[in-house]
Amino acid sequence: MSMQTMSLSGRKKEVSNKKMSFWESLYLVAIFKGLMITIRHLFTRKVTIKFPEQVRKRADVWRGRHMLMRDDQGRERCTACGLCALACPAEAITMKAEERKPGEEMLYREEKYASIYEINMLRCIFCGLCEEACPKQAIYLTKSGELVPAAYDRENFIFGKDQLVMPLDLAIANTKTA
Amino acid sequence: MSDFVIEKGIFITVIFALTMLMAMYSTLAERKIAAWLQDRVGPNRAGKGGILQPLADGLKLFSKEEFLPDTPNKFLFIMGPAISMSIALMTSAVIPWGTNLQVGGHTVELQATDINVALLYVFGVLSVGVYGIMIGGWASNNKYSLMSAMRASSQMISYEVPMGLAIIGLIMIDGSLSLRHIAENQHGMNWNVFYQPVGFLIFLVCSFAETNRTPFDLAECEAELIGGYHTEYSSMRMGFYLFAEYASMFISSTILAVLYFGAYNYPGMDWVAENWGGNAASLIGFGVLFAKICFFIFFYMWVRWTIPRFRYDQLMRLGWRMFIPLAIANIVVTAVVLVWYDKL
Repeated sequence: MSMQTMSLSGRKKEVSNKKMSFWESLYLVAIFKGLMITIRHLFTRKVTIKFPEQVRKRADVWRGRHMLMRDDQGRERCTACGLCALACPAEAITMKAEERKPGEEMLYREEKYASIYEINMLRCIFCGLCEEACPKQAIYLTKSGELVPAAYDRENFIFGKDQLVMPLDLAIANTKTA
Repeated sequence: MSDFVIEKGIFITVIFALTMLMAMYSTLAERKIAAWLQDRVGPNRAGKGGILQPLADGLKLFSKEEFLPDTPNKFLFIMGPAISMSIALMTSAVIPWGTNLQVGGHTVELQATDINVALLYVFGVLSVGVYGIMIGGWASNNKYSLMSAMRASSQMISYEVPMGLAIIGLIMIDGSLSLRHIAENQHGMNWNVFYQPVGFLIFLVCSFAETNRTPFDLAECEAELIGGYHTEYSSMRMGFYLFAEYASMFISSTILAVLYFGAYNYPGMDWVAENWGGNAASLIGFGVLFAKICFFIFFYMWVRWTIPRFRYDQLMRLGWRMFIPLAIANIVVTAVVLVWYDKL
């Protein structure tokens, strides 16, 4: 194979500067061909997905919004060990640990829990390393198609426990099926 | 006499409203067709299928800030879009929209005025359209706008020459400058496009240039030619320029349909007139003319999303060195053929 014919894509063409024939120089034939090409697109299926009504099917490995899980008794699993924050390459997670008081046993599973758990959604890259780092199976990236809602204020993108912890009714529903 | 005035008044109002409506919905049609040709969906949020989109656009334009540059002549700055708009609307006065209607034993002619120099009038009005662009570009007090206006007006002036020459072949066949006469002569399937294909082609391309549509839209393009003559215009003044473009597109489609595609004539018109009455034939003719106009408007858009813009020197070469000789050759050939037929 010579250098002239080599082409990775197989679509290499030699440039030619040949004189145009009479019909070519009129351009009318070419324009007509072009018109035929565009009119064909009028009848093709549109590829648009009309977003709010239709949602594109997510891949099986899709990682959506985070959720802090509860166990089968509805207690928060997170023990505020900080491994997720350590594993996070974007340094999006911050937390503050607190000791569980007597009488709070039905709220938190371990003796230590996160009183503040925040993820900065502007930093998060949804890599899923927090999920892998968690020894308590407390944080998961859900399959939710809904990502981070738009907002005008940067403060609104820092998600606290109110937005991250699994809702109680969901936990109750989970215990019933299990 | 007053009956006549009222009748014409109503008719002109109807035509004016129709032109406005067509121009309004051309903006939507343009966006929709552009989307469809590119495998997209297009505007579909305002109303069902985006049917209220033109209203939303208009509301937006009206509520935008009216910016006035520090121009030496504010009057002319405002006159620019106004001239463009009035020119686009004035041409419709001589267009025959159909044959006669019988309303209460009283004949209503579906034409604002039938003058025997209608074609000259159309060309005269069209050439004034250059002023709208030129004045707008100059009064903006912006060098880029001025250059754009120069470019656009030289294009319009250049293409008026072959346009006028192309029409001569048609006039030679028809023997009249009256649009009504030209329309009536195409009764049956005697459409002028069959007798004057080359003339039609030249006229079509020149119409694209006169209405500043792609591939001749050097007057306006945001990307490489800095907006164009309306760079300094904002809100509804800008809207007026764009609206005028769509109005003139509608009128130029009408002229194309009337001159070359048989106007309101359709095959089987006599049969309809005999069996269903003259009014039915006339109304169907009106609808047929509108179908033809809609086709040409679609064609304008179809071409716009197919071919790229001309370079300025290519544009001038096409106008002066190709179309003018071609148009003159068309005249000569037409004349020779006419004399030949006379001899037979």
